[in-house]
Amino acid sequence: MSLRPLTSPWFHAPAGHEKLWLGVAILWCFVMSLMMPYWHFRGKQNSSGEAYAVMPADFLARTEKFVEANRVGTFKNPTPNAFAAELPLVEPPAGGDAYLVGRMWQWYPALRLRQGETYRIHLSALDLQHGFSLQPLNMNFQAVPGYDHVLTLTPTSKGEFTIVCNEFCGIGHHAMTGKIFVE
Amino acid sequence: MTSVSATLPVGPHSLAAPATPKRVCATTGLGVCLDAQRFIKLHAVVGVVFLLLGGIAALLLALTRWQTVHLLPADWFYRVLTFHGINMLIFWILFFEVAILYFACTTPLNARLFSRKVAWVGFALMGVGAVMVDWVILAGKADVMMTSYLPLLAHPAFYLGIILVAVGTLVGVFNFFATLYVAKRDRAYEGSMPIVTFGALAAAIIAVVTLLHGAIVMIPTFAYSMGWIGQPDPIWYRIIWWGLGHQSQQVNVCAMVAVWYLLSHVIVGARPVNEAVCRTAFALYILFINIASAHHLLVDPAVGSAWKIWNTSYAMYLAVLASMVHGFTVPAGVEIAMREKGYTRGLFGWVVALPWRNPALSGTVLSVIIFGFLGGITGVTLGTQQINIIAHNTLRIPGHFHVTVVGGTTLAFMALAYYVIPLFFQRDFIWRGLARLQPWLFGLGIVMLSFGMSFAGSMGVSRRSWDIDAQGVYGSAAHLWLGVLGLGGVLAFVGLLAFVLLCVGTLLFGEKNHGRPMADWGTPPALAGAQAGSLADNHSATKGTIVLTLVFLACFAVYYFANWKALADVWPVR
Ligand SMILES: [Cu+2]
Repeated sequence: MSLRPLTSPWFHAPAGHEKLWLGVAILWCFVMSLMMPYWHFRGKQNSSGEAYAVMPADFLARTEKFVEANRVGTFKNPTPNAFAAELPLVEPPAGGDAYLVGRMWQWYPALRLRQGETYRIHLSALDLQHGFSLQPLNMNFQAVPGYDHVLTLTPTSKGEFTIVCNEFCGIGHHAMTGKIFVE
Repeated sequence: MTSVSATLPVGPHSLAAPATPKRVCATTGLGVCLDAQRFIKLHAVVGVVFLLLGGIAALLLALTRWQTVHLLPADWFYRVLTFHGINMLIFWILFFEVAILYFACTTPLNARLFSRKVAWVGFALMGVGAVMVDWVILAGKADVMMTSYLPLLAHPAFYLGIILVAVGTLVGVFNFFATLYVAKRDRAYEGSMPIVTFGALAAAIIAVVTLLHGAIVMIPTFAYSMGWIGQPDPIWYRIIWWGLGHQSQQVNVCAMVAVWYLLSHVIVGARPVNEAVCRTAFALYILFINIASAHHLLVDPAVGSAWKIWNTSYAMYLAVLASMVHGFTVPAGVEIAMREKGYTRGLFGWVVALPWRNPALSGTVLSVIIFGFLGGITGVTLGTQQINIIAHNTLRIPGHFHVTVVGGTTLAFMALAYYVIPLFFQRDFIWRGLARLQPWLFGLGIVMLSFGMSFAGSMGVSRRSWDIDAQGVYGSAAHLWLGVLGLGGVLAFVGLLAFVLLCVGTLLFGEKNHGRPMADWGTPPALAGAQAGSLADNHSATKGTIVLTLVFLACFAVYYFANWKALADVWPVR
């Protein structure tokens, strides 16, 4: 009785269909538990959360230094965008570090990467939290002020990719875009 | 036991004590504590007011994300989104849950509410806090979303209001615990508490842990917004905030499951197949859901893979197991009750014979199916460490929690109202035809909304974004799914409005049913030759349920591995 107190000794072990379902459900939970460590060793997409404490101003200074040293041109946005009309286009050395800053309401700078090379992308935010969402691939990571979030990334497809901000960061949030080109 | 209590007098907190303000329910024969009844009514009514406010906001949001309509300007979209999340996820649900707690600690235990004064204090704190928060949001001083992630900052009154609501709820929960204690002490009942009260107890314990997390995160944030201390660390804030944010949803799950047990018992006479298993499942929620809130931080910096995998594997899946157990035992209880009434034809004859014209039944069945099949499967998949990479902060996330919290919890609470109003307000429902339609309208709307969100989200459309055209990357398919989201939102709003009109109309114009049973919504009659309790020891009488749950598991496995496949198609990342 769901509504009345229980008086008889109410404990008894599961049996029949209930026992079958319990067994199957526990087994399935084991499968799901093991998939994550399995993918960690055998899969290629793992968010390791590697990060270092950094002051936003220092991170911006490192980004500016990176832009100065590796700039290869200018990205002129063909679609009207008040916050990313023009961005420096920067190509980090293959296997090297790249810096990407999120701020209201722009991802800075635009990056040019090579297919099949691996990069250490340092991701951080200067003002509020922002969401790094790479489209149309649909890979999503969090950018947090005070944290240098390192993504060790290997582009395996060529083309033009748009970084969309998917963490609310004020009124211009929906217009906060950036670019990654892979050649 | 019986002989002992017969000789000892019962204490003052038993309803059986002389001069206790009480009445006997004409329909169920249960004693109703009049103090508790007043607060059940009060909290339920205020909860429904917040549901309506949140629902109006929902309609505006659905009509804005539907790109063809795109109703609100950007600033009002984000404002209304903040308002919607907080009114729905916090105010509507917390007020209704306190009503459930007051019910669960009195009526089923034949007990009197511990204290009227404490109940007033809790209610006043919650009410003042909620009005404060809504006021600040609508005044445009807290466009910070439900999560209010630092360093995004709101007006101090926003945090203070939330703290007041949390403290008020804690006071209500204290009243619940105190009532349980005095009911036991005063021998209001004998034996173990019924499963409905046990489920409410599990919800209350998780609520305490949740609200403590809320205090740990909101008090420093309030102090920071006042300029008294430096800015709390944003990652610290995220970790502790989700101790509040995720577990509060587990309070809902517990309350919802308790309502499933209650309604399946009231409607078809179902009882848990195995009390020991059901209670263990509730205990698993209490023990393991805490750490599972880690699944909101799976693509965050500074929390490592080992931490993420550990916290989302062993702990989360033990809580998931609990839901899978309830997902079996609730329908199994119904199946046994129906078979004992003589509906034995084939695997699913008992399903066909259910009283489908009873809105409480259709609401409960839809709640179980929508929560389990859509909410459960998507939630566990999204909470997988690596799969989260392709889902974090996309529309897939609200696509998931709208089917759990809205299609699951809210629909279950709506179903409950079809019995609560006649029993506690003693009025019969008006417009019974509309009532029969209401759960279907609402359920279908929410399912469409969720499908729209989930598919748009898997195409990369962000949540909490006013516009997708400014980004220039989303094609016609994404627009189509946002249209489905919009239509589903409109339909669900119509269902919600129907519910509110039915409740308010019944309170004002419903026929009084004092002293006579409430008009019956529909209960399946026992057929000739049926024998109650005849299947109590037949552990293979749940053929239909085991088939349904195995189908569920197959869907789960397909969806889960399809997501691993989708993940394998994106760039390698560490
Ligand atoms: Cu942003």
